[in-house]
Amino acid sequence: MSPPPTSPPDVTVRQPFIEPGHTFESVTDKIGAIVLDQGVRRGWLIGFTISFALLMLLLFALTNLVAQGIGIWGINVPVAWGFDIVNFVWWIGIGHAGTLISAILLLLRQQWRTSINRFAEAMTLFAVACAGIYPIAHLGRPWLAYWLFPYPNTMGMWPNFRSPLVWDVFAVSTYATVSFMFWFVGLIPDLATLRDRSESRVGRFIYGMLAMGWRGSALHWHRYETAYLLLAGLSTPLVVSVHTIVSFDFAVSVVPGWHATIFPPYFVAGAIYAGFAMVLTLAIPLRRYYGLQDFITLRHLDNMARVMLATGLVVAYGYMMETFVAWYSASNYEAFMVTNRFFGPYNKLYWALIFCNVIAPQVLWFKKLRLHQGWLFLTSIIVSIGMWLERYIIIVVSLHRDFLPSSWGMYAGTRWDWATFVGTMGLFMSLLFLFIRFLPMISIFEMRTMVPDAKVDEDAHAGGAH
Amino acid sequence: MAEFGTPTALVAAIHKARAAGYRTMDAYSPIPVEEVAEALHIHDRKLPLLVLIGGIVGCIGGFALATWTSVVDYPINVGGRPLFSWPSFIPITFECTVLVAALSAVLGLLALNGLPMPYHPVFNVPQFALATREKFFLCIEATDPQFDLKETRRFLETLEALSIAEVED
Repeated sequence: MSPPPTSPPDVTVRQPFIEPGHTFESVTDKIGAIVLDQGVRRGWLIGFTISFALLMLLLFALTNLVAQGIGIWGINVPVAWGFDIVNFVWWIGIGHAGTLISAILLLLRQQWRTSINRFAEAMTLFAVACAGIYPIAHLGRPWLAYWLFPYPNTMGMWPNFRSPLVWDVFAVSTYATVSFMFWFVGLIPDLATLRDRSESRVGRFIYGMLAMGWRGSALHWHRYETAYLLLAGLSTPLVVSVHTIVSFDFAVSVVPGWHATIFPPYFVAGAIYAGFAMVLTLAIPLRRYYGLQDFITLRHLDNMARVMLATGLVVAYGYMMETFVAWYSASNYEAFMVTNRFFGPYNKLYWALIFCNVIAPQVLWFKKLRLHQGWLFLTSIIVSIGMWLERYIIIVVSLHRDFLPSSWGMYAGTRWDWATFVGTMGLFMSLLFLFIRFLPMISIFEMRTMVPDAKVDEDAHAGGAH
Repeated sequence: MAEFGTPTALVAAIHKARAAGYRTMDAYSPIPVEEVAEALHIHDRKLPLLVLIGGIVGCIGGFALATWTSVVDYPINVGGRPLFSWPSFIPITFECTVLVAALSAVLGLLALNGLPMPYHPVFNVPQFALATREKFFLCIEATDPQFDLKETRRFLETLEALSIAEVED
């Protein structure tokens, strides 16, 4: 593995987060041009076409599901949760990195979040949209999904607020709403920029409507910054709570392999791990295709790789503790669960999981490999696969051996399971392609604040004022 | 209305305008600049209060909803377990708190700023399109007691602005 020619050896030491020589104009124009001036590019069109075809596959699979019922999926007793919940947890987890980048790194004053937060937030929204499809489709009668919400009804019934599944409804819908608001509030000043720069009537009208008359008044900015900070403060506990509640779906039950106190932190770490892997999977091709190396620098990629490595180690610790506790608890069922994972019918998937999530990411200890985009891209894909396998192991392998051998079974996804899974990837990618085409994928106004001119020169202003 | 190239120039101009006795003015910038808000003496603490109230309403509302439905309106006896099982209502309470607080932050921001506002006189100035790109503007408003079209223009000319324009209503 030779180091990439673009990276000098000390690239991460004092490298700024924006390449030198940029001004307010150049930042605005470079990011704005992707939306306003470049038109439809060939690569974009090909990518969007493929994604849109997969989205149609999703519609087909879901239509068939509603027409025929969930019997077309592979789920059955004892494995009543299959691909649907695996994919739900996988997608929700991916979304978490977006909120982490936009909220937690904002509160920690990590400037490197600035160029990646916008598309990471968009990724969150789209991933949550994909995740939301699964539990609703899994209801069996998805047209009655509104029964999950508490509203006064003629049946005189209320949801059971003691159930983790109802907590899930509240957590995921709150998460989707707050993520959307956070993303949209962040977009308002940039929409105003696009409104003022757009040369077409339609563009001016649509961006103008969305920008709601933003004019950059000092009082507005003052409140805006306050609101943004408050939203970040609210999102931070929210993002931790969402995956905690998702893990309660499992941990509150008594199934061996699910009933573990380590689940909440281990799920949250896993979510951030998977999310950063997805951000890298998207960022590496995007920065290259749109020439954004000035804004998303190698230092950004390096930092994300470090976060991935750190959360990956937390996840590895989780696997270790699951195994340790199975032995330490002296419970026959727990011990059986672990030996079944190691040597049972799904053991190949388990060892693949260990390879993907524990062994492969260790290459990130080496700076050369962190800065090598090909390796980093490959590692992030492996981690995404590994995190999917993790949920598959937790859900399917724990369920397929029930307490009594008479209720043992095997599970495999059917072609409709796969069609739905691949279809949600189509939904995710289609939304992402539309987002890149019509909205600035990097926050323009926040990039402007990174320009050296953005700092008020205290000496000059003291001299000028008196 | 005067146009400037850097935040430093804008802050200096605001200081001079205040020294000259002008009070009713607003600044427009493509980026948030803390010093501009300070120079204009903007102290607005309404939004955090709104969010706090929203959070408290959400918290009490969420907990009350779970408690009232599970204890009073639709009690289910599961093996004699207590109806008021408050720890299991905490996740709902928490999510409602965050939801209502975040909604009040966003709606409060829009309401306090008077948005959506599709028309505003400052948009009549052609150069103002650059306020969302690279330029900084200081606008002394006609409601200022010291405002006089000629005098104010003469004053703005002393500020080394890039351009000066009159905002038509």
